[in-house]
Amino acid sequence: MQNADDIKPSYPLFRKDEYKQSLGDKKANFENSHGQAKVDETFLWTTSVEYKELNFQREALTINPAKACQPLGAVLCSIGFEKTMPYVHGSQGCVAYFRTYFNRHFKEPLSCVSDSMTEDAAVFGGQKNMYDGLENCKALYKPDMIAVSTTCMAEVIGDDLNAFINNAKKEGYIDQDFATPYAHTPSFVGSHVTGWDNMFEGIARYFTLNHMEGKVVGSNGKINLVPGFETYLGNFRVMKRMMSEMGVDYSLLSDPSEVLDTPADGEFRMYAGGTTQDEVKDAPNALTTIFLQPLQMEKTRKLVTDTWKHEIPKLNIPMGLEWTDEFLMAVSKISGQPISESLTTERGRLVDMMTDSHTWLHGKRFSLWGDPDFTLGMTKFLLELGAEPVHVLCNNGGKRWLKAMNKMLEASAPVNNATQLFHSHDLWHLRSLVFTEKPDFMIGNSYGKFIQRDTLQKGKDAEVPLIRIGFPIFDRHHLHRATTLGYEGAMTMLTTLVNAVLEKLDADTMQMGVTDFNFDLVR
Amino acid sequence: MALRQCAIYGKGGIGKSTTTQNLVSALAEAGQKVMIVGCDPKADSTRLILHAKAQNSIMEMAAEAGSVEDLELEDVLKVGYRDIKCVESGGPEPGVGCAGRGVITAINFLEEEGAYEEDLDFVFYDVLGDVVCGGFAMPIRENKAQEIYIVCSGEMMAMYAANNIAKGIVKYANSGSVRLAGLICNSRNTAREDELIMELARQLGTQMIHFVPRDNVVQRAEIRRMTVVEYDPTAKQADEYRQLANKIVNNRNFVIPTPITMDELESLLMEFGILDEEDESIIGKAAHEEAASA
Repeated sequence: MQNADDIKPSYPLFRKDEYKQSLGDKKANFENSHGQAKVDETFLWTTSVEYKELNFQREALTINPAKACQPLGAVLCSIGFEKTMPYVHGSQGCVAYFRTYFNRHFKEPLSCVSDSMTEDAAVFGGQKNMYDGLENCKALYKPDMIAVSTTCMAEVIGDDLNAFINNAKKEGYIDQDFATPYAHTPSFVGSHVTGWDNMFEGIARYFTLNHMEGKVVGSNGKINLVPGFETYLGNFRVMKRMMSEMGVDYSLLSDPSEVLDTPADGEFRMYAGGTTQDEVKDAPNALTTIFLQPLQMEKTRKLVTDTWKHEIPKLNIPMGLEWTDEFLMAVSKISGQPISESLTTERGRLVDMMTDSHTWLHGKRFSLWGDPDFTLGMTKFLLELGAEPVHVLCNNGGKRWLKAMNKMLEASAPVNNATQLFHSHDLWHLRSLVFTEKPDFMIGNSYGKFIQRDTLQKGKDAEVPLIRIGFPIFDRHHLHRATTLGYEGAMTMLTTLVNAVLEKLDADTMQMGVTDFNFDLVR
Repeated sequence: MALRQCAIYGKGGIGKSTTTQNLVSALAEAGQKVMIVGCDPKADSTRLILHAKAQNSIMEMAAEAGSVEDLELEDVLKVGYRDIKCVESGGPEPGVGCAGRGVITAINFLEEEGAYEEDLDFVFYDVLGDVVCGGFAMPIRENKAQEIYIVCSGEMMAMYAANNIAKGIVKYANSGSVRLAGLICNSRNTAREDELIMELARQLGTQMIHFVPRDNVVQRAEIRRMTVVEYDPTAKQADEYRQLANKIVNNRNFVIPTPITMDELESLLMEFGILDEEDESIIGKAAHEEAASA
């Protein structure tokens, strides 16, 4: 049993005989299980081709979705603005979910409020909650902006944010000129990336739609960069670095890289950094707006095109070599600033790294999943490395993603013939694929670890290791501080990928006198 | 001309859909480009324009396709008499689901797909019964319908509903630009009906924009799934709808309504002899008790 002088965590504690005995008794006497033989048989069946075919005929059930809901994205978008409190109009549990989700990924506190709608609000509508919520939020947390989004409950009963917020101002619960952008973000439509887009559009609309007088495209000489649902803090930083090295003036519209990475110096910061309201107001005056994850910005694209009158350059996510090239060339063309010597050198270093490692990555088979732009960019980069992306799954991809993927794959023949695309599929589908068409590695978020465990259960040869790139990553620390965009991001990902290959090779060749003929010091 | 968006509300069964479709036909006849958005799970707001039983609704097709994101505008937008564009939001069977959400989903879909960006002079929302929940108020949210017309008649419950709808409008009008634009009296041939509705309109701060008399030609046309304007353009009733259309085109009388209390409504009804003076002595008395005391 547990000993107070030598406290052990569940592992290895539960491997002690007395726990084995206790847990074994529980299983034998109370769980009414089918017995190990039946469990093993069923497990093996779930790894078969027959099961895969059945699995892909699934119609009305999602198992282990690789996406989250709209308000989660709205919250991430909101905290990227200076002294902004995300406010979710709906029930408390939803907000608890958003906060824990981000806490677990960023290992940071995250401030976000709800107006805690309950049964009576569901019947009478949430206007009263909005009145009190806005007043309390302003008084307690002293934000400069409250960004309002919604949960399922408020959406189903049809609460009208615009009317409620304006009524709250009219009734004097908050000042008329206090910034209260809003977005309707029903959780049962789209995913977290849609929510990010909706909230961003709401903020951009609030500060610019009725203030376009005197705005002239290009008059502030800046380029607007819109990150989209971005959780790699290094990506915000690398954008700033690249722009400053090129001497390009820019506005990073939504930048949570400070508030999600506050130092432990004894002072709690509810707000830190972020895009200012003035920057948003000034955004229509920019030369243009570049979406760093353009596949997920449909609603904002409309506003930027129709209201701001910006000509949005046709670019892909600046991930990997070629698409970073394209991004920097576009920035150079728009701003008139040449690509800096430092970035040219950095590019050369990346190419050098790619050639150094290509022997290890060439022909390696990967299954990957994640958000639309990430999977598009990652697939492109894998192809640049000579690797083979065999399964690319995007639960929240839809037809637009499929089209973009196919276009990119067609342009990069002939390796791509092997690439299968899965839009609106889940991780239980992916599990079948990993068993029946075994890749060498998986690339994705923490949820992939259960697929790795299952493959190992089938035997060492069947094991498919998980490389953690994506969101959320709950079970490894500080990876969210890394970079995936630009040449720097490509270097980081290349390092991660090639070392995963080498780790695996070491693990496979470590058996003394059996496989260690290939257990080499130099790789 | 800028796009004008109008919503038609009123008590269930009062003739909203029939009035709307006849009115819209008259507008189209006068060269206006119009779209009807049916906001009623029954999906019967466009049948007279399309000569159809019931148009395939957005929600019905979304359920079939898996999600509303899989739909295209062409799938749900049908064109009928004189190029009137028709859409039905649709919704669940009685007793299940949430019809209000269907309205929200449908209108969001139309916006995202750019249905309002086409060459249009008028959009009419034909909205089910009362404003029973937030979903049925969707058509009067900011940047949607700004003119509300209430169809009513000189019957107590119809006027009661009209007053209730006015209450709903106030909630949105105070902070937004939605306004009550008038009452349309769809006559039930009750006594002094026109005067009564004019008085109700006055008390609500608005106008009776038109008095549509009762005429069986409306039913004859409906059996043929047609509007009067199309079925018999020479009918006197067609002219009534033309007059209504013309008044709406030229309407500038948009107000924040001043709903009246139940007492005020009752005294109005008493004044016009629809309701008797309340006799406290008969309240709660069953027939045999009355017989005994007589």
